[in-house]
Amino acid sequence: MSQDFRLDNIGMVNRNKKISFTFNGKKYFGYEGDTIASALIANGVHLVGRSFKYHRPRGFFGVGVDEPYAILQLERNNERDPNIRATEQEIFEGLEVKSVNCWPSVSFDIGAINNFLKMFFPAGFYYKTFMWPPSFWYKIYEPFIRMAAGFGEASIKHDKERYEHKYEYCDLLITGSGPSGLASAYAAAKNGARVILAEDKPRYGGSLLTSDVNIGNQTGVEWSEKIITELKSMSNVIVKNRSQVFGYYDHNMLVMSERIGDHLPKTQKYLPKQRLWYIRAKEVLISSGSIERPLVFGNNDTPGVMLSSAAKEYMKVYGVLVGKKPLIFTNNDSGYETAIEFKKNGVNPLILDTRKEPSSDIINEAKNLGIEIKFSYVVVAAKGYKKVKSADIAKISDNKKDLSNIENIECDCICVSGFWTPSIHLASQSGNKSEFNEKIDAFIPKKSKQKENTIGSANGKFTLEETINEAFDKGYEVSNKITENNNKVSIPTVVEKKSTDHDKFWCVPLPKGKSYKRFLDFQNDVAVTDIELALREGFRSIEHVKRYTTLGMATDQGKTSNLNGLQLVSDIENKVVPQVGHTTFRPPYTPVSIGAIVGREVGKHSKPTRKSPMHEWHEKNNAVFVDAGVWLRPRYYKQGNETLFEASKREAKNVRKNVGVCDVTTLGKIDVKGPDAAEFLNRVYTNAWLKLPVGKARYGVMLREDGIVMDDGTTTRISENHYHMTTTTAQAANVLSHLEYYLQLVWPELNVNVVSTTEQWAGAAIAGPNSRALLMKLFPNTDVSNEGLPFMGYKEADLFGIPAKIYRISFSGELAYEVNVESDFGNFMWEKIIEVGKEFQIQPYGTEALSTLRIEMGHVAGSELDGRTIPHDASLEGLVSKKKDFIGKRSLSRSAFTKPDREKIVGVVPLDKTTSIPEGSYIVKDPKAKLPNPKLGHVSASCWSVEYDNPFSLAIIKDGKNMIGQKLFAMSPLKNKTIPVEIVSSHYVDPEGKRVRA
Amino acid sequence: MLYIFCPHCGSRSQNEFAYGGDATVKRPELNKEISDQDWDNFVYLRKSPRGKHLELWHHISGCRQWIKVERDTSTHEIFKTYKADELTE
Repeated sequence: MSQDFRLDNIGMVNRNKKISFTFNGKKYFGYEGDTIASALIANGVHLVGRSFKYHRPRGFFGVGVDEPYAILQLERNNERDPNIRATEQEIFEGLEVKSVNCWPSVSFDIGAINNFLKMFFPAGFYYKTFMWPPSFWYKIYEPFIRMAAGFGEASIKHDKERYEHKYEYCDLLITGSGPSGLASAYAAAKNGARVILAEDKPRYGGSLLTSDVNIGNQTGVEWSEKIITELKSMSNVIVKNRSQVFGYYDHNMLVMSERIGDHLPKTQKYLPKQRLWYIRAKEVLISSGSIERPLVFGNNDTPGVMLSSAAKEYMKVYGVLVGKKPLIFTNNDSGYETAIEFKKNGVNPLILDTRKEPSSDIINEAKNLGIEIKFSYVVVAAKGYKKVKSADIAKISDNKKDLSNIENIECDCICVSGFWTPSIHLASQSGNKSEFNEKIDAFIPKKSKQKENTIGSANGKFTLEETINEAFDKGYEVSNKITENNNKVSIPTVVEKKSTDHDKFWCVPLPKGKSYKRFLDFQNDVAVTDIELALREGFRSIEHVKRYTTLGMATDQGKTSNLNGLQLVSDIENKVVPQVGHTTFRPPYTPVSIGAIVGREVGKHSKPTRKSPMHEWHEKNNAVFVDAGVWLRPRYYKQGNETLFEASKREAKNVRKNVGVCDVTTLGKIDVKGPDAAEFLNRVYTNAWLKLPVGKARYGVMLREDGIVMDDGTTTRISENHYHMTTTTAQAANVLSHLEYYLQLVWPELNVNVVSTTEQWAGAAIAGPNSRALLMKLFPNTDVSNEGLPFMGYKEADLFGIPAKIYRISFSGELAYEVNVESDFGNFMWEKIIEVGKEFQIQPYGTEALSTLRIEMGHVAGSELDGRTIPHDASLEGLVSKKKDFIGKRSLSRSAFTKPDREKIVGVVPLDKTTSIPEGSYIVKDPKAKLPNPKLGHVSASCWSVEYDNPFSLAIIKDGKNMIGQKLFAMSPLKNKTIPVEIVSSHYVDPEGKRVRA
Repeated sequence: MLYIFCPHCGSRSQNEFAYGGDATVKRPELNKEISDQDWDNFVYLRKSPRGKHLELWHHISGCRQWIKVERDTSTHEIFKTYKADELTE
């Protein structure tokens, strides 16, 4: 199968390897190294999509990241990938792509009717058309916009591909491997700097790949190959292709996305599909080059109209002709290079130059080659719908206002060159304020804010000699600053053709009586008339014009359109471009896949999972787990077909009746040591700590400075200067930071150290009337009687040869103990407890039963200590010392906290004793009151009381103390329930606390 | 992402640290009378200056030391960092 537009003797693709792929279901072939764009053009395919608003036919406009048109949908290895640029995506065997934004097909697209209704789609039509009535939004407008908007379809499947993140540090990061990137990397690397050189294309060399130049007696291509080979061999250099540095962040942190597997049919084993690099560079050289600017004329979006530099690259890199009857439309010498390349490959171009009488080496060469040139000529309009068939051309007057001699000539492509726009995006992102350079009619970076320099054509240097000299010097200078080495390499001589000045002309006037659409932004269908309209409607700031017209938005972010848009605004406003300014460049420079941003932090890898040493035992015994922060805790142990409700009831009942054991390893544990430890605790907790004897535990509450309860827990005096503090599972990390804050910054004179010991201890809470009997069997040599180990007592003991710590503390309200052993013995301890406990009818219980037990006892937990409650609200005011000062004490005397009707915790029981009250329900006096119904408070926790066999809840309500005995209502609008309730004491079971002291 | 010099560990990325607010705030002394207004200022009121700001950072995934960082809030430039007990200029 021959390819009509493939040249035989030119290009860098591998002719020995044919690759077939499908586009819109039709099979094509290309060669290894082709992009979708080059392979399709080789096959004569130019219609690949439809435009965003008017659904006009779309072809190829560029050859790289700037591409506004050829956005395709890719299927690779059963994964869907939207927004693929055909100019970047390399083909591989079996690749499937299709057009987007068209229905039923790219060739016959119903949406193209918009093109004939364009008076209804002026600038800002979203804001105008979809305004009224508001009730239309939800059902009519939004679905319509959603259907019409966007280019691709995201996959809704889980992405099975692997993405990675990598952190790297270097002396010098160089973004782009064109002549300036290569030269500076070489100079810096030879001077000992650790260099990363990033190239977004597969091939290194940038403009050297397509320009007819000579460096050090070698062609540009040979020289770049030599330099890259040498750089790759150096241990202090990392060279990466297919890698786009897309963001410049604070303190010289840059982010780069490396496409590792995108060009392969399948991601290779042990490699990710894409890798995101976070690079901290001491210095950055931005050598991102420049992008050719379009010229604006009628129907300049017709497929076949493309950048002249792109046409040249398709020939030189891919050996592909974009047309056989090319028209070159230029305002500078670059167009001539493309024309010369056409001529060399046997195709006769016609050059239309807007300039009157330019003269330079390149122009002379074109003349000598016999290329036809028309000076002071412009393209008025492209003709043809799905592909350029001809063009109306005209002579333009010296003042560039009048057209004459309009004629139609045949052509199959129009290559435009409106001079070059430096890619200043990265410099701008770094905080560099750009300045407008009159000579090149574009913005270039100004003073560096961070440690960056822009070099080469990105800095507005458009001759190779200047670029190479500057880059070698900068590479040396920057590396010398870092390494202090003085190895300077010699700069090669450069031979290039001299060019002359460009013409400041950029937009062809409309001929009389014609109303051709002249497009500025090709991706968003923004035409000259749209900008004019926006300005007429009063938009002035360029940022507003952008958002109103969508100029420069979407996936290409206006890489080819921004400057012409600014030109137009300044022309209409009679300003100069620098007065208008440009919109802000923000990362990312090119679209980045969500997968790459997320990296490996997906699914269960999105956060660490902490498991207790007894985790395997729980698993083996049918535990159903629940997330508690990053911990996994058994919620209940399922027996047979039990539901959560049945199982938790059984487990809680067994604790009240016999004995249960609960894994409490997750509780935060902090060792507090030092001669001033008692004084420190006395300041941290609301209650008194100075007189706690060794071997005793105490319950404590700590506040934030604003008086809100931060955490609660028990702390035990292990020895004179050693305390063992426990925190709630959720607050463990915050409490440690809190303690460190006060020790390091507020009271550094206190001689105290704190360290987390959460992971060092495995804990088991043994609770229930049989717990002492069980403990006597577990620790036969230790006196665990009520006298030997009273409530809040602490003892060290021997558990079958293992050192253990016994704390007589209780969360369940039953007679209870917490046994701690070193984590490695956790499983041993647990199995012993279960084994020995059998005769006492022991059962393990999970967090659900734990909640039930604490709720019916009225013990507060996270749902009450929710960051809004002061001790009084949680009935903890008895623990607030009146004698000593402590963190947050002063706040408690604020008027809002001392109001007589301050919220307080109460118990809530449904009058029918059967309807469970949803957590979060409001407590109200009158369920039928006018909305918004004033609420007294909310239900914080609910359970099924196993003691009384009816539902019981805790609630925090206004003036709770005086509400006890009242009949009120619990309302849950979410569950659509209104339940008559009675307010009772929060201590529903054993209010005198006899059991824990038994 | 900021690059913060920890006086104990060296330069580390911001994601190892937690922000701790204004470092010039002094907690009122314990057991001393203080007016509602002064206490309110201490608990709630913070300046939000544009420019130099001495602030606390906690090297939470590193040495767990609180440090003081002098940073420009508009440019993120970090001028100097201090240990918790070091006197600031």
